[in-house]
Amino acid sequence: MRLIVHNMLTCNIKGVINKFPLRIEAEKVIKKEVDFNPDFLRHMLAKIEWKALVDGARSMGYTELPDHAPDTERVESDESFLKKFHHALLELHLEEGSLVCQETGRKFPVDKGVPNMVLREDEV
Amino acid sequence: MWFLCVFYHRLLDFRKPEVEALAELFGEEDESPLQWRLPEHHHNDTPFHFVHLSSEEIAQNIAKRSLLVKGMYELWGEGASYEELKDSIERFPDSRKLPFLASDSTFRISVETFGKALTFDEQRERIDSFTYVPFKGKVNLKNPDHNFFLMEMDESEENNGLQPILQRRIFFGREVGFADRKLLPTFQLKSRTYLGPTAMDAEMAFLMANQAKAASGKLVYDPFVGTGSILVSAARFGAMTMGADIDIRVVRDGRGPDCNVWSNFKQYGLPTPVALLRMDNNLPPWRSGLKEIFDAIICDPPYGVRAGGRKSGGRKILKGTVDPYTVPEDKRTDHIPSTGAYSLVECVHDLLHLAARMLVMKGRLVFFFPVLRDENGSEVKFPEHPCFKLVAVSEQILSSRYSRVLLTMVKVEPYSEVIEEAARLMHLEFRENHLKWLEEGNIHSSVFKPSDTSEIRTDSKSFKDPKPKYRGKYV
Ligand SMILES: C[S@@+](CC[C@H](N)C(=O)[O-])C[C@H]1O[C@@H](n2cnc3c(N)ncnc32)[C@H](O)[C@@H]1O
Repeated sequence: MRLIVHNMLTCNIKGVINKFPLRIEAEKVIKKEVDFNPDFLRHMLAKIEWKALVDGARSMGYTELPDHAPDTERVESDESFLKKFHHALLELHLEEGSLVCQETGRKFPVDKGVPNMVLREDEV
Repeated sequence: MWFLCVFYHRLLDFRKPEVEALAELFGEEDESPLQWRLPEHHHNDTPFHFVHLSSEEIAQNIAKRSLLVKGMYELWGEGASYEELKDSIERFPDSRKLPFLASDSTFRISVETFGKALTFDEQRERIDSFTYVPFKGKVNLKNPDHNFFLMEMDESEENNGLQPILQRRIFFGREVGFADRKLLPTFQLKSRTYLGPTAMDAEMAFLMANQAKAASGKLVYDPFVGTGSILVSAARFGAMTMGADIDIRVVRDGRGPDCNVWSNFKQYGLPTPVALLRMDNNLPPWRSGLKEIFDAIICDPPYGVRAGGRKSGGRKILKGTVDPYTVPEDKRTDHIPSTGAYSLVECVHDLLHLAARMLVMKGRLVFFFPVLRDENGSEVKFPEHPCFKLVAVSEQILSSRYSRVLLTMVKVEPYSEVIEEAARLMHLEFRENHLKWLEEGNIHSSVFKPSDTSEIRTDSKSFKDPKPKYRGKYV
């Protein structure tokens, strides 16, 4: 699981309020190179919850992201920022571990890189 | 500029929509629909069509990326006879002809016939008749700079079951581009390491990716990803992909470390999906506020028995347990949640809702929808949503009674709460119509059983076919 996806997911158990972001418990992190596409990154930057990305990256051992994302206009010229953003968003993989709901403690397992987000019948 | 667009005689309903989607992808004005014209005396299912495009470059890009364009040509002349053809070619301006006839270029003339075969000598004779075109270049049969085609379609003959045209027509033109069907043997399902019973055929998957305008820099999502065959085609066209499925054995395990959804991408050297998830599209875990994240959603939703839809939490209360059913503490980690049936109507509703929220503006939703082929030819009601405009409807006939229709919808309105209410009303109406229609034929039990082509012939007496006879699974 890459952080781009972590940034989209919550715990959808009924009644849970504080559900985003899910905390990452990393057991095995791998890195895979992905083609760099600045247009795609700029488009994504506008959609991303920045703090969740920064925290997620930290819990996977990557600490290079700035606390605040630069303005969208400045990003155009800031290649070094885009490279870091690219790495955090797309190249870090959580291969084994869990996504943990901060409120209920519910663990969504990530196994072979695939998060299992389906709820049990008593949670639906 | 008008181009002669010659199609393969396949998947007839998919041909123009493919060109239209690609025209938009390659920069043709997307507000105005493409203009099409038929040659004289031809009907809509003919291989020959004229299409208006703003440049040769667009025409070439469309043809190269398509699956169903046999050839796109700059027309130099046409006629009902060789005399008419000659007049017509002579009237075509020199300024358009001479650049392609120069002495330092190479060329080839090919003869193609429809509805009859020509001997080698007959072809020779036709090529030799072009003395009135001042070809100055050298002939090169293998790799010419310019490819010219003479195409002859004869009257009277039935062609492939296609109703005959009334008059012979001859075309002569310069080829601008053609479909790269070499993709198909490479990507055919037989070559796929991880296959499932409902994997999408490679040609259809590419057509779906074209409808979705999949391209580099875009993110394409399949909420019913299965073995990933639809996303493989989107990845081949450069898109980033993401998929989800409720079946964890398929989406996570496959048949082992080298035979799973990921390996289906790796085997072709394609980038693997940015994510594969196990989730229920009836209860998706998206964070609130997330929207307009995908450029396209493409899928073959779980209809019918072959891949019947499931959703979480449907199990009946077990005897002796207290309501509501709770999973015992010690069984929780390995517990596989039970699933309940997921009706077509509900499944389509969830899909439209997902797309309305998650697609960017002008993003495309491309999906199959099953239909009962109606003997009275009455209109089929397709699902609707106020955020979407239906831009293409392409039917693939599966048997004498069932078809599936590929629907292409474009997001034209942003998602909002007001829209949500309008969508709910549309959904209720659709649901009611659909329930009525379901009673007439049990589509769930039969639409996606592997199609039996023999049925098409044997059953035809009891069933008045609304589509012409030559239409079948591949046409
Ligand atoms: C027709 S198959 C799609 C096959 C896929 N195109 C492929 O290439 O293998 C439908 C898929 O939807 C999945 N499915 C059924 N109900 C679902 C749900 N509620 N949420 C997500 N996926 C579901 C099934 O497990 C099945 O893999």
